[in-house]
Amino acid sequence: MAERFEPRILAILCNWCSYAGADLAGVSRFQYPPNVRVIRVMCSGTVSPHHVIHAFQRGADGVLVAGCHIGDCHYLKGNYMTLKRMKFVQELIRFAGYNPERFRLEWISSAEGVKFAEVIRDFTEKVRSLGPAPSFEASPRLAMGL
Amino acid sequence: MTNATRPTPSNPIGSVMVVGGGIAGVQAALDLADSGYFVHLIEKSSAIGGVMATLDKTFPTDDCSLCILSPKLVEVGRHLNVQLHTLAEVKSVAGEAGNFKVTVFQKARFIDMEKCIGCGTCAEKCPRKVPDEYNAGLGKRKAAYVKFPQAVPLKYVIDKDHCIYFEKGKCRACEKFCPTQAVNFDDQDREFTLDVGSIILAPGFEPFDPRIYDTYNYAKLPNVVTSMEFERILSASGPFEGHLVRPSDHQEPKKIAWLQCVGSRDINRCDNGYCSSVCCMYAIKQAGIAIEHSGPDLDTTIFFMDMRTPGKDFDKYYERARREKGVRFIRSRVHSIEAVPGTDDLAIQYVTDDGRIAEETFNLVVLSVGLQISKDTLEMAERLGIEIGDGRFAATSPFEPVQTSRSGIYVCGVFQSPKDIPLSVMEASAAAADSAALLAPARNSLTRKPPILSERDVAAEEPRVGVFVCHCGINIAGVIDVAAVADYAETLPSVVYVERNLFTCAQDTQDKMRKVIEDHKLNRIVVAACSPRTHEALFQETLRQAGLNKYLFEMANIRNMGSWVHMNEPEAATEKAKDMVRMAVAKVALQQPLGEIQLNVTKSGLVVGGGIAGMTAALTLADQGYPVTLVERKDVLGGHGRKLYSTWDGQPIAPYLDELINRVIEHPKITVLTNAKIQDVQGFVGNFHTVIDVAGTRKEIDHGVAILAIGAHSLKPNEYGYGQSDRIFLNLDLDKAISERDPRIINARSAVFIQCVGSREPERPYCSRVCCSHSIENALRLKKLDPEMDVYVLYRDIRTFGLRENLYKEARARGVLFIRFDLEKKPDVQVASDGSLTVTVVDHVLQRPIVLKPDILTLASAVVMRAAEADELAKLFKVPLNAEGFFLEAHAKLRPVDFATDGVFVAGLAHYPKPTEECIAQAKAAAARAATVLAKDSILAGGVVALINKDLCCGCQGCVQVCPFGAISYLEQEAKCEVNQALCKGCGTCAATCPSEAITLLGFSHLQIYTQIDEALTA
Repeated sequence: MAERFEPRILAILCNWCSYAGADLAGVSRFQYPPNVRVIRVMCSGTVSPHHVIHAFQRGADGVLVAGCHIGDCHYLKGNYMTLKRMKFVQELIRFAGYNPERFRLEWISSAEGVKFAEVIRDFTEKVRSLGPAPSFEASPRLAMGL
Repeated sequence: MTNATRPTPSNPIGSVMVVGGGIAGVQAALDLADSGYFVHLIEKSSAIGGVMATLDKTFPTDDCSLCILSPKLVEVGRHLNVQLHTLAEVKSVAGEAGNFKVTVFQKARFIDMEKCIGCGTCAEKCPRKVPDEYNAGLGKRKAAYVKFPQAVPLKYVIDKDHCIYFEKGKCRACEKFCPTQAVNFDDQDREFTLDVGSIILAPGFEPFDPRIYDTYNYAKLPNVVTSMEFERILSASGPFEGHLVRPSDHQEPKKIAWLQCVGSRDINRCDNGYCSSVCCMYAIKQAGIAIEHSGPDLDTTIFFMDMRTPGKDFDKYYERARREKGVRFIRSRVHSIEAVPGTDDLAIQYVTDDGRIAEETFNLVVLSVGLQISKDTLEMAERLGIEIGDGRFAATSPFEPVQTSRSGIYVCGVFQSPKDIPLSVMEASAAAADSAALLAPARNSLTRKPPILSERDVAAEEPRVGVFVCHCGINIAGVIDVAAVADYAETLPSVVYVERNLFTCAQDTQDKMRKVIEDHKLNRIVVAACSPRTHEALFQETLRQAGLNKYLFEMANIRNMGSWVHMNEPEAATEKAKDMVRMAVAKVALQQPLGEIQLNVTKSGLVVGGGIAGMTAALTLADQGYPVTLVERKDVLGGHGRKLYSTWDGQPIAPYLDELINRVIEHPKITVLTNAKIQDVQGFVGNFHTVIDVAGTRKEIDHGVAILAIGAHSLKPNEYGYGQSDRIFLNLDLDKAISERDPRIINARSAVFIQCVGSREPERPYCSRVCCSHSIENALRLKKLDPEMDVYVLYRDIRTFGLRENLYKEARARGVLFIRFDLEKKPDVQVASDGSLTVTVVDHVLQRPIVLKPDILTLASAVVMRAAEADELAKLFKVPLNAEGFFLEAHAKLRPVDFATDGVFVAGLAHYPKPTEECIAQAKAAAARAATVLAKDSILAGGVVALINKDLCCGCQGCVQVCPFGAISYLEQEAKCEVNQALCKGCGTCAATCPSEAITLLGFSHLQIYTQIDEALTA
């Protein structure tokens, strides 16, 4: 039997809500798959499309960006920027020949340990079902010199 | 008598006791500790946070309650000048204002707070389950427990009343398994005394216990829950993990009812005649959140008497719930709740508007319980000699809203009167301001200053990284192969030292770490342990002690995001831990020391607006010793206050206002500029430079803070015949006419008031908050002049919130007639050629038009902003206005007087319509917040802030647009952008926006993020 595909997932979490939600998942001992590597940033508004694209270039099978719920941003409106930018990212990766479901934007509050664990479980399974991401070079769009 | 006219103690003590660790107590403690006073915070339970920590979301922004509260709790826990006393109560207070001796009783915790690392092993091993108070009894906790996962202090406690060892003499499982020997069964209750200059009481409230409403069957029927229980049902951290299910069968309800005024506005079945002020809003919130949980098909119904949503943005919230979310609102007081036989459902009978009796079945009923003062608090008040007033709240005067009957003891929050979170926060800051004014001579006498440490210059050194891998007892080592992680760390580039610790955070390990840094000349540190959110500050302090810049540090969270969440996958967890360490090492190797620059603070304030709020703010700052410039556009001080006759409880305004004006004019620290207008504002927090036009002369001042209190005015209506007859008044004119015994009033046989004139209309969708009370006060005055006079109040909802409900009660008792109308069927006013008036209104009970022929008609007109003036000022100070033209504070809940722009504050009607006592409290609050800036000799800027590489900047100004704090400016001459580090909060939004990556968020640079991504994906 072929070995089960283990996707490599990168998660970029804001310090105040989503990283805290991930902490709470730990405190509450909610179990989720170990496929995610987390980068902590102060605000999800600091995540640029370049960061996401870079992750796919380096072989990520899925990328998650998570921040405070709209209205809850520690920096008042940073996550509005995230919302705008990540919509663009979604289009960008679709254009680059990737299944847009490999990218996910979530709002996870510091009280939502359950949600964090659920999102990771769900996203890991989703990306697993999509199989390994095509290499950046293999993507037809990229071959065209994007 | 105002506070500062009392004799000031000559030699006061520079510390303050704050009683109660809810949001009000926390705010008061932080404001004082940041203003140069040492604070003892007394909390009855094992952790601070109060009721707010148990709420799911907060209205009207639906913020996650704990998310916005938690940073404040952490700040209190870490503050050098706040000492937290948990499980403690005040026993007695001797002495006087400025010099109190307080006896405190503290219960034994049975856990050594120094040793406890909050790992939770004791709770895990404890065999005894106890109903969990934090979850309103809906869940279970252990006898060894922590109140909630984000508790401050994050230290466990043993509940003696339920501990098996204390009951039966054996067990001690917690002691056996505690990895740090923190359990101490010999711990004893103790008593100690503290010397403080003043005391702030913020003991909060208890929710009303609805068991005495026997017809609601709360005690018998599991699906009748209180609103507090429902908060926990909704909460993601609650007993059902945020799944909206009912208690009896854990099924999702399809129909939920809320019953308002349970334990409020009721003197039959309980003794709470007052309105609790918050329940209408929280019921709307809960209904809305419930719909979010269960979807739009959920049927939500709120049974109410008057919908009381008189706060900022509250009416819009109500309208949204009604129109967009489909929440049903039924105006009826429900008599009883009956079980539906054979089901867990509940039947409610009610009387409809037109007098029919209807019955409906619901799956779940929420009782919107009121707020009341607990027996414990009343006993404490008695011990302290504090007078208790109406409704069993602390007695205060509208002119001194936070001053209790005992000098030097202040009150804030619900103990003062029923109120919501922003008002509690405001009052907390106000109480801090009064304390600070009282104790001004002792400022900075008892505060601790952080030690000044020298820093080794490592900028030129190659990275030498030390890695500390924590076992956290068995919390990490029980799952992850920590030896393998440590071995792996040794192979990583730049790593020159690796060690493992049983507990890296333990004090002895910290001492050792300091020595290791020095001995091995380490210049970067990685700790692989728990979360930076809880432990980064601790390790950074050790770095500082060892002479390293604290930013040369990184954590790998291999516990909360490793061993605890992959308990059954040790190998995968170990691999993940290695990756995390590799990412952290790579990131920290790229980290440069971050500097913090000191900017001087101009220790003076500017207050714009010379009304009650502006004058109070100016005095509160001046009484603390700070020079203040008070700018008033008119030629006299007093503002809107000049038009007011009395406070809601009948105290005359004029003598108070005269005294206030006199004190302002005579105060040596206050410069009053009348006929003055702000022309230009430059600078930033601590360093403003403002140009003022004073009657045609240009004047320039430097100041560290600014308070905007420009007030508002009453709308001149263009409906209801206003202006067509001298018998049609606005409430303010009626005040004057009554006090002058105007013949139009004296001879009147009948009077009509029309409410919501210009308020709660589509073009002005807010409630003006003061008009219901004002009209009823005047209705009562007319009734007192002539008890035979027919007085009618035509209203939409009577919003006599809090203790004002007494006015409404009295008015009904004296025969004032209240007739309700809908926005769709507003009253009609005809003015005949002889000036006589005809008012026609459709009565909601009779369902037919009633024709009234009043001698006088009073219009309760809206409070509106002077748009042009507000607009100009908003632009000058770079602060926002909301859609209705009022100034928009930094956060509706927790920063009610701050602007997002540091150093600028708001008070009074310019923030939102409010009565005099709230204006006074808010003005004092603004002064307290401003004093936290002025108390500092310098402000630190730098650390994690954005930096623009001008060589790469193309001057596109994309960053200027996205910065939420107005911290970036465009330099015209250079055609480049620049970050003001004093204003930057370090979110990094600009860095992500910059098309050429010319902006670096220090500590989170693009290069570091790319490197972390690379390392995350290399394995």
